[in-house]
Amino acid sequence: MAADKTAYLGRSVERLEDPPLVTGAARFVADISFPGQLHMRVVRSSYAHGEIISIDTSEARLMPGVVAVWTAEDIADIGPVDFRADRAAEGLKPYRQPVLAKGRVRYVGDPVAAVFAEDPYLAEDAAESVVIEVEELPVIVSADDPPGEFAAGRGTEAAVMHHSYGDIDAAFANAERVIALDLRTGRHSGVPMETRGAIGRYDAAKDMLELHGAAKVPHRNQETLVRMLGRDPSRVHVHECHVGGGFGVRGELYPEDILVLVAAMRLGRPVKWIEDRQEHLMCANQGREQHHLARVAVDAEGRILGIDDEFFHDQGGYVRTHGSNVANRTMCTITGPYRVPAFRAVCHFRLTNKTPCATYRAPGRYESTFVRERLMDAIATELGIDPIEVRKRNLIAADEMPYTIAFDEPHVSDMVLDSGDYAGLLDKAAAAFGWEALRVELDRRRADGELVGAGIGMFVEEGGRGPTDGARIAVDANGDVEVITGGASLGQGFETTMAQICAEALGVDYRRVRVIHGHTDLIPYGIGAHATRATVMTGSAVNVAALMVREIAIDAAAEMLQTPADELDINDGTVVRRDGPTGPSVTLGEIARRLAPGAAGPGQGDPGQGNPGLAAEGFFTTKDTVFPYGVHLAVVRIDRGTGQVAVERFMVAYDVGRAVNPMMIEGQLVGGCIQGLGGALYEEFVYDEEGQPMAVTLADYLVPSLREAPDIEVLITEDAPSPLNPLGLKSAGEGGINGVGAAIAGAIGDAIGDPGAVRRLPLTPGRVRDLLRQADAASPGTP
Amino acid sequence: MKPAAFEYHAPKTIAEAVALLAEVAPDDGRILAGGQSLVPTMAFRLARPAHLVDINGVDGLDRLYLDGNELSIGACVRHAAFHRPVVDGRLGLLLSSIVRHIAHYPIRQRGTFCGSLAQADPASEWCLTAVTLDGTMTAKSVRGSRTIGAQDFIEGIMTTALADDELLTEARLPIPPDDTRFGFCEFNRIAGGFAVAMVLAAYGLKDGVITRPRLGVGGVEERPRRIPEAEQALEGRSPGAQAFRAASAAAAGAVDPMEDINTSADYRRDLVATLTLRALESAWS
Repeated sequence: MAADKTAYLGRSVERLEDPPLVTGAARFVADISFPGQLHMRVVRSSYAHGEIISIDTSEARLMPGVVAVWTAEDIADIGPVDFRADRAAEGLKPYRQPVLAKGRVRYVGDPVAAVFAEDPYLAEDAAESVVIEVEELPVIVSADDPPGEFAAGRGTEAAVMHHSYGDIDAAFANAERVIALDLRTGRHSGVPMETRGAIGRYDAAKDMLELHGAAKVPHRNQETLVRMLGRDPSRVHVHECHVGGGFGVRGELYPEDILVLVAAMRLGRPVKWIEDRQEHLMCANQGREQHHLARVAVDAEGRILGIDDEFFHDQGGYVRTHGSNVANRTMCTITGPYRVPAFRAVCHFRLTNKTPCATYRAPGRYESTFVRERLMDAIATELGIDPIEVRKRNLIAADEMPYTIAFDEPHVSDMVLDSGDYAGLLDKAAAAFGWEALRVELDRRRADGELVGAGIGMFVEEGGRGPTDGARIAVDANGDVEVITGGASLGQGFETTMAQICAEALGVDYRRVRVIHGHTDLIPYGIGAHATRATVMTGSAVNVAALMVREIAIDAAAEMLQTPADELDINDGTVVRRDGPTGPSVTLGEIARRLAPGAAGPGQGDPGQGNPGLAAEGFFTTKDTVFPYGVHLAVVRIDRGTGQVAVERFMVAYDVGRAVNPMMIEGQLVGGCIQGLGGALYEEFVYDEEGQPMAVTLADYLVPSLREAPDIEVLITEDAPSPLNPLGLKSAGEGGINGVGAAIAGAIGDAIGDPGAVRRLPLTPGRVRDLLRQADAASPGTP
Repeated sequence: MKPAAFEYHAPKTIAEAVALLAEVAPDDGRILAGGQSLVPTMAFRLARPAHLVDINGVDGLDRLYLDGNELSIGACVRHAAFHRPVVDGRLGLLLSSIVRHIAHYPIRQRGTFCGSLAQADPASEWCLTAVTLDGTMTAKSVRGSRTIGAQDFIEGIMTTALADDELLTEARLPIPPDDTRFGFCEFNRIAGGFAVAMVLAAYGLKDGVITRPRLGVGGVEERPRRIPEAEQALEGRSPGAQAFRAASAAAAGAVDPMEDINTSADYRRDLVATLTLRALESAWS
């Protein structure tokens, strides 16, 4: 049935979540208030590193409207913000962040005290009067600097991590050519339109502690809170509101989340905290800052024999909820889509006196793709091979799938690339972009004196990490469907995606499917929305549960209609005979009524036995991850007089396995791509020598707007469905951003006429102008 | 990001406003016009005036009119008023091309021309405009009224000749001769961002050569100023690449650029060269 009304999978249907968002009816955390609530203001360190000599809160305590002022001593029984259970790394635990600084402050913005007052103005007045005396300690502002002291007897190099396989020494010994690059990615992060926010509320009558304003990973955070606060799992619940962007940053547990909860219990009133923009730019997780000393060994044809990379990861002042995950993902993904026979990566995981770092969209992968693709461009230049050709010679072939990368280190999981036709996508992208004609055109324009160039970023993404997720689906007496998940919505279209999957499997209109997420009291498990896994994991679970409901419905209908089940189908919420829509039929609502507890009749068992009605709970379990893959192509033009880079064209080509809603995937890819342009060209958290952050407003931290954004060309392919789940789903959340830094770097190098020139992101106009000067100095004959 | 407490005053006339200002100025009283610089500064608690004298309700301060050979711009005239040419001829076109560079559309609806002058941010487009075109400012207080030339008005970074008790009621821009050509060129890293450097060029032509050249540079030094060396390089020369290059080199050589963590003095100097050339070319084309 080509025009089947219930074929929802793969269609760009309108988003279910939009009406409240576009009519102003949405409720973000700042819109939530509880009677009698207090407002919290955090007093933060203005020093990057120092010993706390004293904290004087006496004046603040006496100010009007102030209910309490806390320092670390007041919450001495509360431990540091814990890692997620699955990130537990014993050696890193001493580097966790205390809820309020104890003994030392380690970055500008480090919470030292918390003021609780009747309104946010009074809270801020009182916070200003808290006097913190600090004896300054040596400041480490770069992971390149020699490690210093984190605490007595503990250095700032928290770990040296190794990933390796193959005979790396032999690879370099046998190489025709060895290319070494010194590469840096700049410090930047996600800047959602909605800043963080948290409201703690304790209901003494029910002994229930609630955190409102949760995002991203409600159940993971609930687990951590249960551990940290020593409460029963059923006595602390977290609740998601509308969320104005996450990007990995929003929704992790931070000191402020713990503070509002503890204060709600101890002060006996709800406590609200809304982060301001300056706090966000000083305190929310940052990322990306790495310095790589990368070498690649190649044979005479440019085939990679080995990659050897030593890098320095700037973690900032503490290790947050992810442990060393970003550095790990960097190491796992350096080889990307290429066949690399021997590999060695050494990561110096170092703390510095800057804002702590954690995951930001495509964590570790934006960085590793920049490194890897710089190496590929360098190989092409050194050996005089076309940049597309050099990539093709090294790509893992479709017939090698699944392709296993097994590391020597027993604690490092294998990477099993599940499916993919990497060369096929590169061909498709190059053809769609008009690569060959483009090269000719760019040559002509360069001959005319323009600084224009094209670049490539190719990568493998990773998503759908398990192990398990589930979903509960129930059909009500009206035939409307409720899907309860432990997912989360950060604006990515979670509800619509789940509704489409459910609608397709069950045979109903997706608009009749209501999707619940983000409330830990409604379902005891859930993976949330992070690391591009919601569609794969929760989506697959919804598919399983919906098929179970379908089977129950058809079995019941078979009895009600006296028709064999295999002759029945569900179309637009009605069970009908497969051979034609005329004839007897029964709606899902009628079946739900018939199956309701206490009802009697055909299809219903003994009323006394109890029955969940037309409902089911389904699970999806996997031990593997899925690997979507992509190609980014960019064309840039440099203004010779200013160093400003204009992105003339950008294409994101991405294989998602199976596209549930192409329109929403396109939105994810375009949004991610523009964020990637931020990290490539505009955004940088700059610190001075004393560790003072220089970018704490949006006047200094430059986020690209529509005016900077080119029209992003998107090519979504479904050539390599994942064999690991029934729908073939991969994921789409991070494919738009992953390769942007790499592609822009390549394009700028091409424009300058020195493909290897770009070693550092972001490419600010000042830096590009320096590159131009270097290039001019190298070839004095050019204009 | 909540301001400290302040007392709010809303006078209805200029006389009331200056009387109030005289009263509260010793106690850190400030004028509130568009608030697009002051209010964020208060939110950061970098400014914490004890009193705000809001002039938005003062009669007559929103007037924008041609007074003889001068354009009079009242203290409450918003940036957005210049989106379309406010006077016939090239000045109106110039102002409407400059205003596009000021922040973003919503900010231009509230922020004021005179507020920008009183704020005296080195990156202010209107400060550069007033200085390059020899604008004048009218300051009123209970002590009387005085007129100050733009170059004297702007004394340094966020510093003006206004006394604490003076209200900038009006700015005036002289209408240039009909044959005056203008070119404005600004560099910023992102749309609506602060100018990293900008150049405003103006000149007439007499017998095929440049006359009355004006070349102002903003965002580069602590305050905008005209660059006599560049103007001399243009005076009496035929407009074209040779004269423009000479002026560009002279301007770049004459400025003493500010430095910050993202922008070296050297880079700003390069920008002055580029922007001078482009402003002059733009005036010519």
